[in-house]
Amino acid sequence: MKPKVAFFDFSSCEGCQLQIANLEEEILDLIEIVDVVSFREVMKEHSDEYDIAVVEGSIMRPMDEHRLRKIRSRCKTLIALGACATIGGVNKIRNQWPVEEVKKEVYNDADLKDNKFFNVNQTKALNEVVPVDYYIHGCPINRDEFKRVITSLALGKEPVIPNYPVCVECKKNENVCLFELGKFCLGPITRAGCGAICPSNGSACDGCRGILSKPDVECVMDLLKRYDLTYEEMKSRCVIYNTGVFNPKDGMTFVRRRKK
Amino acid sequence: MSKNVDINVHHVTRVEGHGNIVLDFKKGKIKKLEWQISEAPRFFEAMLRGRKHDELRSITSRICGICSIGHSLASLKATEDALNVEISEQTNLLRRLAINGENMQSHILHVGYLAFPDLLKLGSVFPLANSKNKDALLKVVKLHRLANFMSDLVCGRTTHPIRLIIGGFTMIPTKKQLLELKKELKSGLETTKELAQFIKNKTDGFPDFKRETEYIGLSSKKEYAFYDGDINSTDTGIFKDYKNYDKIINEYFVPQSTALHAKHSRESYMVGALARFNLNSKQLSNAGKEVADLFNLKAINYNPFMNNIAQLAEYAHNIENSLELIDRLFDNKLKDEKPSDFKIKEGRGVGICEVPRGMLIHDYTLNSKGRCTKANCVIPTNQNHANIQKDMEKLVPEIIDNPKKDIELNLEMLVRAYDPCISCSTHYLDVKFV
Repeated sequence: MKPKVAFFDFSSCEGCQLQIANLEEEILDLIEIVDVVSFREVMKEHSDEYDIAVVEGSIMRPMDEHRLRKIRSRCKTLIALGACATIGGVNKIRNQWPVEEVKKEVYNDADLKDNKFFNVNQTKALNEVVPVDYYIHGCPINRDEFKRVITSLALGKEPVIPNYPVCVECKKNENVCLFELGKFCLGPITRAGCGAICPSNGSACDGCRGILSKPDVECVMDLLKRYDLTYEEMKSRCVIYNTGVFNPKDGMTFVRRRKK
Repeated sequence: MSKNVDINVHHVTRVEGHGNIVLDFKKGKIKKLEWQISEAPRFFEAMLRGRKHDELRSITSRICGICSIGHSLASLKATEDALNVEISEQTNLLRRLAINGENMQSHILHVGYLAFPDLLKLGSVFPLANSKNKDALLKVVKLHRLANFMSDLVCGRTTHPIRLIIGGFTMIPTKKQLLELKKELKSGLETTKELAQFIKNKTDGFPDFKRETEYIGLSSKKEYAFYDGDINSTDTGIFKDYKNYDKIINEYFVPQSTALHAKHSRESYMVGALARFNLNSKQLSNAGKEVADLFNLKAINYNPFMNNIAQLAEYAHNIENSLELIDRLFDNKLKDEKPSDFKIKEGRGVGICEVPRGMLIHDYTLNSKGRCTKANCVIPTNQNHANIQKDMEKLVPEIIDNPKKDIELNLEMLVRAYDPCISCSTHYLDVKFV
């Protein structure tokens, strides 16, 4: 029987679900191997019976945590879709400040105490609330990687997500290193799998696929020295997608697979 | 009318983001009718504090997955305005191509994938794959792919563009690629007309509903405005003082919504394809006019459901306009250019353009180090929320005698007609209370 798949979204731009619409004719192939039972962005029908939940977005409110826990309890496999879900993404930039301070900046002195929609905490990635089985990284996700992961799961195989730096794919594309062109690229510490799409289009990597679980710290420090860049600048660049997780000694460790 | 109707559509489907419709009708009276926005606020304004001038574009692109090119361009225009950066003719032409690509992508996604199923009384487009109308679905897919192909070519990626930077582009498409695009565009133009004909012949069309309101959008003497123009209103005309846009757009807070509402000369106004059509229809390309004529769409049209048709007409217009832009790029001898030089300085800049759902404004203040100290983004969907609410208030009494299922569908279709982008609208920037 085809596995039942449901899509859900929390705080995000919904651009990762859009990548699924962007599969164009291949969507028709996709619905040959899986049964899409819920996908609010494109369909009215909804079912609470599903095997695989694909979840986009970050978690910001108690009401969202509650909804995510419900989704977790109903599915066998939970996939985090895109940077907001896998690492918190740009939504975590605001975690640099206390929630009350951010609220004041935005809402001035409004009294929002009794309004549940505004009951906001610090931004969390999905795995800070529930166990996550697989991660499809990126901002936005790479469509081919999405297809690969879903196809693997439908066939009962373990999907493979790279844990080597973007530089590997960038070199394969024969690009001139962006450090040579005076740009500050996060490729050396960022997880590959995007095909080095940003550097290949002349733009520095912002680290949207998350920091490697074990970045080569010595090599990175050497790079900074060679191009006369500071560790402080690097930390500032890392705020965009990796607020609060950048530790050059240990890197960031993801929980790749839920322990059963 | 003595019946009671209780409608609670939690998380309206086939729209971008989370919104609810609540209707409580008792003893012939509306007790409660609300268009609620329940999406979590995302605080982009707070996020931008302290970010470098060259990071603002890629961060604000993430406000919306569907209109990321529009956010990128409004962001660059604001940054360039603050730093006094001039762009070349080639950059100007390529950016217009980018904005066309996005408008096409978003419009066909909406008309084809999100609104179309209502006309065929389906829950989604998926059942079309195994029906006699599969051909129509394939046309939609073809037009969607064409728009994405164009955005990929110009921007390096459709969602969250890569090549757009301050003063120009990191890379540009080759002549060969643009020639290929031209071929695809020409074929797409025929497909657009066929799809319009299909909708005309095979469906009952959209509900007949009318409510007079104000329409706001950009207008330009030179063209049907998308990338550039002056703020224009069907009530009050052209407003040139773009840096004081808040004289036109008065945003305010309502407790039922995590997104702001807006008003100008009346209690609400509308932005988007229908607003642009109502303001600038004479400047549509021939094919654009042809599509509008097919559905008898004429300015000023006060039926919000016709926004779908205005979008389809704009799709045809964007194709013809893009063909012209590509020819002008060739006349200009397409070449690799370095982005314009600029010096970091203190200042405030405002960038305005028309994105699929209407007029979008980014407003940044930079300090002497080129870091952002204050930001405001005025999102099209925010400007439409009040108009959606007012339309509902007029529509409900007109249809209250229909079965509950029909009332619910009509209200959902109304929301969908506006093609709301709720993720965008809850970025929650500057809040004012009235």
